[in-house]
Amino acid sequence: MKEIRFHGRGGQGIVRAAHIIVHAVVENGGYAQFVPFFGVERKGSPVYGFLRISEEEIHLKTQVYRPELLVILDETLLDVPDTFAGFLKGGTVLVNTGRDPEELVLPGEPARVAVVNSTLIALEETKRDIPNTAMLGAFCRVTGWADWQIVKKLISESFGPENTAAAERAYSQVRIQHRGDINA
Amino acid sequence: MKALAITGNISAALGCSLARPDLIAAYPITPQSSVVEHLALLIAEGKLDSRIVHVESEHSAMSVLSGASLAGGRTFTATSSQGLALMYEPYFRVSTLRLPVIMPIACREMTSPSSIWCGQQDAMSVREAGWIQVYVENNQEILDMVIQGYKLAEDPDILLPMNICYDGFYLSHLVERVELPEQSQVDSFLPPFKQYDAKLDPDDPMAVDPLTEGSILMQYRMSHLAAMKRALTRVEEIDREYAQVFGRSYGGLVEGYRMEDAEIALVTIGSMTGTAREAIDQARSNGVRAGLVKVRFMRPFPAEALRNILAGVKAWAVVDRSVSFGWNCGPLFVETEAAICGSDLARNSSYFSAIGGLGGTDITLDLLLGLLKKVTGNKRQNGKMETVWLDENFLGRVE
Repeated sequence: MKEIRFHGRGGQGIVRAAHIIVHAVVENGGYAQFVPFFGVERKGSPVYGFLRISEEEIHLKTQVYRPELLVILDETLLDVPDTFAGFLKGGTVLVNTGRDPEELVLPGEPARVAVVNSTLIALEETKRDIPNTAMLGAFCRVTGWADWQIVKKLISESFGPENTAAAERAYSQVRIQHRGDINA
Repeated sequence: MKALAITGNISAALGCSLARPDLIAAYPITPQSSVVEHLALLIAEGKLDSRIVHVESEHSAMSVLSGASLAGGRTFTATSSQGLALMYEPYFRVSTLRLPVIMPIACREMTSPSSIWCGQQDAMSVREAGWIQVYVENNQEILDMVIQGYKLAEDPDILLPMNICYDGFYLSHLVERVELPEQSQVDSFLPPFKQYDAKLDPDDPMAVDPLTEGSILMQYRMSHLAAMKRALTRVEEIDREYAQVFGRSYGGLVEGYRMEDAEIALVTIGSMTGTAREAIDQARSNGVRAGLVKVRFMRPFPAEALRNILAGVKAWAVVDRSVSFGWNCGPLFVETEAAICGSDLARNSSYFSAIGGLGGTDITLDLLLGLLKKVTGNKRQNGKMETVWLDENFLGRVE
């Protein structure tokens, strides 16, 4: 079972993006689950969410405490200590940033650091500052845990062609830096 | 059969839609709101042929349903917490009028202090208002129990309203795989509702609910309790009938998980049960003979089923997501203890109440593993032990 934690800010579309991943995995015959952040939702406040993906039924009904993947939609959250709480050694960090992965000083000894400028892509492709669909493209490329063709179809149905273009561009532009053994 | 990825709230709405209700009353409250919102959407899109009334309060929601149910309609609404509190007067009357209304409760704390988050205090607080109450573990069970609920509630031998209680946010907003039954399957499983006795019919007028003297009221209560008792059997039968048509069984009143040779056990209710299954599996893999008892029905209370399934266990704990203010423990514990009173189990095992997950806090896998450790440590003792709080310091105290 894969455990993933999303970090972002209210208004960045974490919940709808995670729904698309769950939907894609279920459509492909697998099991997935998303537990949203239970807080007071305000635009701009830090939010998070918990995603699980498995080939078998998922019984757990709790938040994720030992993620092997962190998906970070707002890079200012990299400096918040809680962002890396419980992060597994050998895991992967996917960040929405304009910086190179080599520039990022991160705690938690990730095996892979992936970067993509989802905010820029979203602004150019959709004219809106909502990076969630671009992050879905990067997520599919980096993890392979959800079927890319199904995810693209679901983005197109839910958000239209501009967002599909954003996801495709992020899929091709995401950069991955290897720092150690995966899941060491 | 189609597999969907949906929240618990949408699952409740789709279960309702498959049951083809005549009338839905809609009033929003967190975390339930998307149940009635989704039903309004289905009606607006022409996918559901039901009437929906956008009432001005929960009190009106339940009042509208009581009228519609008396007139022979299949009815539905959903609520949480303060909304349930506001509808208490017609809520009680619907059960004592023996009207088979179905109402999910997306469980949430009661104020004060102000909270919108998960806790079963709302549903537990109304367990003496005469409704049948089932507490469910996952989104599939929400949908299945809405459908089974109509079958049970509308049975001429039962005629009682029913709550499908599911944890706010931990299920209401959790997205997971749910298998959607075919409409034709549900239609054949669920016959149309027919109002037999008290009914509002202009062609056949009768007085309903006049001022009633005590000796007759007493007969009302005896009849109500007898229907609750019959429901104990009917729940099990409907679970088997449902399994035959839809391929899913939940074990009826209680479900035992790995209880066959269990020495220690957790008794759980609601979504924490899923996490507890993992905790039991981990304990088993470490050689601990642990098992799980999932209590599904709080009303009627499955006293005999609980006594039977716990018989032979040496140490156990009941985990509640709400409190009983009079007993310094949880309400499921109070009732379980009443159920085992005088039995060998009460004499020959140790047991205690554990309270956790209040106000939206998480009942984590680590907390339940710690709880199992504490229960295992009590194996050589007998009788009731002190209540345990699964708070942030619990794991430190267990070590």
